[in-house]
Amino acid sequence: MTNRSGTSHSHVLRHAAPTHHSRSQCARFRRLLLPGIFLLALLASVGSIASTSFAADPSKDQMRSLDEQVQEIKSDVLGIAAELGRLEEKLLYPSNTQVSVFVSIAEGETLRLDSVRIQLDGELVAHHIYSFKELEALQKGGVQRIFTGNVATGEHQVEVSVAGKTESGGDFSGSESFAFTKEVEPKLVGVTLTGQGFGNASIQVGSW
Amino acid sequence: MSALAYATRVAPAPVLGAVLALALGLLPAGAAMGKSLDDPYFGEALYYAYQEHYFEALERLDTEIAQHYGVDEPQLDSLYAYIDHAEFSVGDFELHYRMHHRAGRAIRAVLEGDVEEPVRNEAAFRLARIHFQKDQPHDALQALDQIEGEVPETIQDDVAYLRANILLAIGRPADAIEILRGLQGSESLQGFAAYNLGIALLQAGEGEDAVRQLDRAGRVSASDPATLAIRDKSNLVLGTLLLEASAFEPAHHSLDRVRLAGPFSNQALLRAGWADLSAERFERALVPWSLLAEREATDPAVQEALLALPFAYSKLNVHGRAAVLYERAVQSFGNELGKVDASIASIRKGDFLAALVREEIRQDKDWVIRLRALPDAPETFYLTTLMASHDFQTALQNYLDLEDLRKKLTTWNRSFDSFDDIIRLRRRYYEPVLPEIDSQFRKLDAQIRLRLEQRKYLDQRLQHMLIAPRPDYLATTDEQDAAARLQALETSLAGADSSDSADSSDSADSADREALRLRIRRLRGVLHFGLETQYHERLTRAHEHLRELNADVDVLNARYEAFVRTRQAAVHSYVGYEIPINGLRARVRDALERLSVLMARQGHMLETVAIAQLSERRKSLEDYQNQARFAFADSYDRAAKAQAQVEIQAPAAAATR
Repeated sequence: MTNRSGTSHSHVLRHAAPTHHSRSQCARFRRLLLPGIFLLALLASVGSIASTSFAADPSKDQMRSLDEQVQEIKSDVLGIAAELGRLEEKLLYPSNTQVSVFVSIAEGETLRLDSVRIQLDGELVAHHIYSFKELEALQKGGVQRIFTGNVATGEHQVEVSVAGKTESGGDFSGSESFAFTKEVEPKLVGVTLTGQGFGNASIQVGSW
Repeated sequence: MSALAYATRVAPAPVLGAVLALALGLLPAGAAMGKSLDDPYFGEALYYAYQEHYFEALERLDTEIAQHYGVDEPQLDSLYAYIDHAEFSVGDFELHYRMHHRAGRAIRAVLEGDVEEPVRNEAAFRLARIHFQKDQPHDALQALDQIEGEVPETIQDDVAYLRANILLAIGRPADAIEILRGLQGSESLQGFAAYNLGIALLQAGEGEDAVRQLDRAGRVSASDPATLAIRDKSNLVLGTLLLEASAFEPAHHSLDRVRLAGPFSNQALLRAGWADLSAERFERALVPWSLLAEREATDPAVQEALLALPFAYSKLNVHGRAAVLYERAVQSFGNELGKVDASIASIRKGDFLAALVREEIRQDKDWVIRLRALPDAPETFYLTTLMASHDFQTALQNYLDLEDLRKKLTTWNRSFDSFDDIIRLRRRYYEPVLPEIDSQFRKLDAQIRLRLEQRKYLDQRLQHMLIAPRPDYLATTDEQDAAARLQALETSLAGADSSDSADSSDSADSADREALRLRIRRLRGVLHFGLETQYHERLTRAHEHLRELNADVDVLNARYEAFVRTRQAAVHSYVGYEIPINGLRARVRDALERLSVLMARQGHMLETVAIAQLSERRKSLEDYQNQARFAFADSYDRAAKAQAQVEIQAPAAAATR
């Protein structure tokens, strides 16, 4: 829709179409074809064209008022979402049983993560296949919460299996286990993927 | 007026470029912060933001920041090291989520807080950016003027670039030129700073310098799509400038540099044709226009080419071909008019809004283009053209945001019933069993308390024995038995003595008793010796046993506390939810009601804008069609006359021969 230069393709097409005929033989065509919009029109009169285009449109005030109402309702819904999140956590994942697993890629790593499987005490609790956008978000430093669940206090074991491609294009897959003790506070387990040199990758699992 | 529209009016591409380049460049990144995040929840918010899921990002980061400020010792919280970045990120996310009001408030809060100079300066920059996007360039400049002292290195170029664009927007191109000249070496602004400088020079009336600068901007080496696009745009503007100045050959060279597959390709082809035609190189004009005439017919440049191409043929006196192409243009415009009419009719039926929110389409990054290609969806044929309008884009984005919110609220509304179910089931399970468990627990609790009291008493006694030794307290059970028996024997002997004195019995018995007393004393002495000599060893052992008992008591206490917590958790799992759930339920329903009203209004606005633009397009197409019809008739006449002349001349020539 809109490129980084800020002007959509069709935007220029609409407002800057020149019909350039400098010679007399073009005059008839010029009269017939289009009102000429030359460079100055391109640079200076786009706004006026746009505004005349919207002569029958809703007023700017109306649009602004609607935009403000949209902002307001977004704010309200965010407030609801936050409260609902707290309620859900309290109801579904109370801290004394809550365990969460987070996945991240070490800084600067370019390895391609295809999938991650999480087993908790031998039971498969999460299996995620990564889209391009998700992978990109991880590579930029984002952290994915792949699993949130409940376990009893005491000893537990989490096993992480990862599949993907290294920077050199080779396949890699591997598993790593981590034993942890669940106590009264929420337990956060971190899975960090690192590439140890060209063609290798390793999985680090531990408490966050 | 929106920032985009304002920017468009003053200097279309460069200021728009600035807005978006800044917006894109300033998303917080873990890498930008120089190290991996220690706070997984902030990282989670970034994970969503990087995928442009700003609602989810805001939801998580708002919660995380609120929790950070709610803890007793924030410096021990994992967010502490990132709190400034987190505050900025909230503002950024809000900005990307088109919540300018909240974004401004968030950043003002940082500005007014007790923060270091670089942080304050970054906040001022971000506030300026928000003002600029809101079409408030003077406020933006005022915000930038608050910057003093150390500016973070990562934003130094961006600050200067923003200032230059603000100056352009308020009609001070000379000041902008000075700044932009200093940014020509900036890698992150490559292409943009060069193009903006060209436009600033143009605005300042320095035409020759502008041409030279745009030429430089049109030759930058680039590989990323954004820089390639701005390079194309530089060449397009330069080509148009030169065309206007009747420098047709140089204009052609500039326009030739625009990529054939880029977003400015159609315009470049159209103008290249005009450059050739204006230079009376009619045959050469046929090349770009023939290419252009085969492209997507909804594009205005293509429509213009449909008329321009036969015009060029007519200039070459190929009137027959011109007539054929004019006829084709009449047909094409007729088809397009049909599409526009179908679009307008379909929009009036409400199909347009339904098409816009089709989920499977929005998964695709080129969804606008895909919409156009949908069969049986005439409402979307001209969508890419409609998207050219900033007002339309804003209205559309708002509409799509509202639709997303509607889906969320609807899902939440349903989830309340599930919550009710969970609570009901938990209550049904726990309520009958808890009284019996409580009763058993009370008995165990009494026993535990008794044992703990005993342990406490022993501890106190042992502590006291460190000050006042009491070996007898450390006697074993056997020793205690032996001592008791010796005591009993002594008592018995004393009783015998008193009866003897009354009876005056013989001295032999008395001697025996004395011997017994001696033995008792010896035995008592043995006992005493043992207790005294082993006292320290026994005391140490007693302490060791107490410590061992402590470990057992700790286990007992842990189990006790675990039970109490579990007991509390059992109750908390179903008690106390009614009020918050009902409150949320009411808020969600209220929001849904308001949302549906707002969506209807926003949708109506979209439809109105779309129909107004399509009606204008219809008018243009009608004009084109009329022009094509006249030109077709004219060309047809000329072709017929030429043919007739050939037919007249041919027999005459034959007769002459």
